[in-house]
Amino acid sequence: MADFTFWFIVVLTISSALMVVSSKSLVYSAYSLLFTFIGVTGLYVFLWADFLAVVQVVVYVGGILVLIIFGIMLTNKISSANISHTSVQKRAGVFVVIGFIGVLGYVIFNTPWIQLPNTEPVDTTRAIGNLLMIDYLLPFEAASFLLLGALIGATTLSRKDD
Amino acid sequence: MDSLSNYLMVSAILFSLGLFGVVTRRNGVAVLMGVELILNAANLNFLAFARFGGMNMSGHVYALFVIVLAAAEAAVALAIIINIFNNFNTINIDDVSELRQ
Repeated sequence: MADFTFWFIVVLTISSALMVVSSKSLVYSAYSLLFTFIGVTGLYVFLWADFLAVVQVVVYVGGILVLIIFGIMLTNKISSANISHTSVQKRAGVFVVIGFIGVLGYVIFNTPWIQLPNTEPVDTTRAIGNLLMIDYLLPFEAASFLLLGALIGATTLSRKDD
Repeated sequence: MDSLSNYLMVSAILFSLGLFGVVTRRNGVAVLMGVELILNAANLNFLAFARFGGMNMSGHVYALFVIVLAAAEAAVALAIIINIFNNFNTINIDDVSELRQ
């Protein structure tokens, strides 16, 4: 059952990602991105990352995806039916991407990965909190400054000049 | 299901699709969606290596920082895209090749 769920999530993730980059309508792309995020969240659960799965849903689905849909709505006129858009050099892109997947797949399946034994953690939140407050305190504070800068920068950029 | 290669392969495919989107799309918002796919692929790699590398929690912290960066990047990028739309009346990034109109 777990096996079936895993492969179902993998197929959901990859097919909706394919839809994101190939759909003619931007709105369809945005909604497919929702299913990609949900699928990646499922993979996080399989990787025992419960806290990050929740963060993924809250930040990506609740924040970034809403922002992207707002961006689409604000930059397209519905009446002009110009929400569809085209791609350039699709054939060369497909060629490069298939070659890229081939090379990466060859490397992934031919490398003898060292896998350490591990046990399923009860919860990951406590360990992440400890690491954030002890080992990664400086990056944590830098991230807060970055978020503050992004907040001020985005509001300054998008406000109308008086 | 329980092997590192499967997760790495899913991540590689996600990354390649994101790259395809960034390279071939002409709409600014669609390019942003490709970037989000790439960041998700990177996160999947971090967590897969953390899970199969003895449940090392540093990978989780790095994934958290990637999510923070993705949120900041999306907000600023959309502000820039809306500004471009106000100035040029298009977000086709091939048409936006001048610093002033």
